[in-house]
Amino acid sequence: MTTTLKILKYELRDVIRSRSLLLYALFFPAATELLFRFGGSSQRALLSLASVTLLVVPLISVVLGTMHVYNAREFNELLLSQPVNRRQLFGGLYLGLALPMAIAFVVGVTVPALAHGLNGGATVVTVLLLCATGVFLTGIFTAIAFAIALRFEDRVRGMGVALLVWVGLAVVYDALVLAVANEFHAWPLERPLLVLMLLNPVDLARVTLMLNLDVSALMGYTGAVFREFFGGVMGTAVALAALSVWLAAPLFDGLHVFARKDFQGS
Amino acid sequence: MIHLESISKRFGEVDVLRGVDMEIARGRVTAIVGPNGSGKTTLIRMLLGLVRPDSGRIRWGEEVLNGDCRYRERVGYMPQIVRFPENLSGHELLAMITDLRDRPASDDELIRELDLEKDLGKPFRALSGGTRQKVNAAIAFRFSPELLILDEPTAGLDPVSARTLKAKVRRQRDRGRTVVITSHIMSELESLADDVAFLLDGRIRFHGSQAEVKQQTGEVELEGAVARLIRTGGAQ
Repeated sequence: MTTTLKILKYELRDVIRSRSLLLYALFFPAATELLFRFGGSSQRALLSLASVTLLVVPLISVVLGTMHVYNAREFNELLLSQPVNRRQLFGGLYLGLALPMAIAFVVGVTVPALAHGLNGGATVVTVLLLCATGVFLTGIFTAIAFAIALRFEDRVRGMGVALLVWVGLAVVYDALVLAVANEFHAWPLERPLLVLMLLNPVDLARVTLMLNLDVSALMGYTGAVFREFFGGVMGTAVALAALSVWLAAPLFDGLHVFARKDFQGS
Repeated sequence: MIHLESISKRFGEVDVLRGVDMEIARGRVTAIVGPNGSGKTTLIRMLLGLVRPDSGRIRWGEEVLNGDCRYRERVGYMPQIVRFPENLSGHELLAMITDLRDRPASDDELIRELDLEKDLGKPFRALSGGTRQKVNAAIAFRFSPELLILDEPTAGLDPVSARTLKAKVRRQRDRGRTVVITSHIMSELESLADDVAFLLDGRIRFHGSQAEVKQQTGEVELEGAVARLIRTGGAQ
């Protein structure tokens, strides 16, 4: 068994028993259940669920990811004083949080959705895509949180920066893009807007979902452009590929910082 | 046994270590002393590979420590404070460290002597600070390491446990283990340390046996000797 798996084994035991993960694991079944019960058609319920996912998954991933790094700081030093390599520890630490969060999300969404029965193949695909994007967002924002928290010694500043990144990507970004588009509506904006969207994982996730939900109302302006440009399957493939890049980039960055960091202590 | 050769380290604007040269002798207890901010913690963390020198190198015998983690199989570290994972039990933590070291524990004396067994089944969130510190101590000694690094080891321990721990340190030394220790409690170091390395402004200003420090400073007790070293900047 490699060192990463050994660390993961115990990290998982710790994280799975934590109160914050329990609450997170309860949130999605509750939300899914509520939306299916009161949301009208399952199509509409899934749509609302998608909007909730796009906001909540990045937020909780950022918050728990940052806290995880700061809370484990001293313990990591103890682990690093064993014959443990930093890269292996980073892997165990990251997967130890991202994996249970992703599983909690997938189970929390899938089980109630299946229990309510799905009408037609379209929604099965949608549930699958919702799971995929949720897993991507969990991985991406946990990695972003790690990369930020490892850079800032001060936990309040680290958490502040991480939350700012969340606000920027999940809330402000699309509004800004819309404003820009509005301002320059006389210009051919498709390509610049496309680039803008590839630069934001939340937008990418949104597009992936909305392209397949057949609704443009909640797509945001960038989504509408993207759809026009790529159409369904191709757009989804490009968006998922871009999400993979978005996952890899902060992960490698965090790993790099962790491998070179001086653990100065308090 | 362990040679620090022209070690320098700068954090931002601060030169924490400026050319530290010293040898840590095998089979002896070396106390690193110095005022706050003199670089003690940084020095200890360098021995563990937690901080890397900007220049200079550390040798363990003929082996240069260059980022490979395997030498730490031979090191036991007791940090000043650790926050263990809240939801793991003591048993799980001990199993984790054993897994990571990939060999069975060879010394559970401290677990018995500190009467820890009864608390090992509980999660860490349910344990007092003192009990956590005992677990911390037990881990450091558990694999009979050649080199023990103890950072303020008795901070947070009750007098009985502190005594047990000190006796354990002496026994390890008598078995030929090497110990590096820092503490603010000079009377504690007085009873433990064979050698004293005095660090000031990132340099070793004095390094010799405890008797030599006392002789040089003309003091009877280690506390007085170190105080004098701090006042005079190590120059005698």
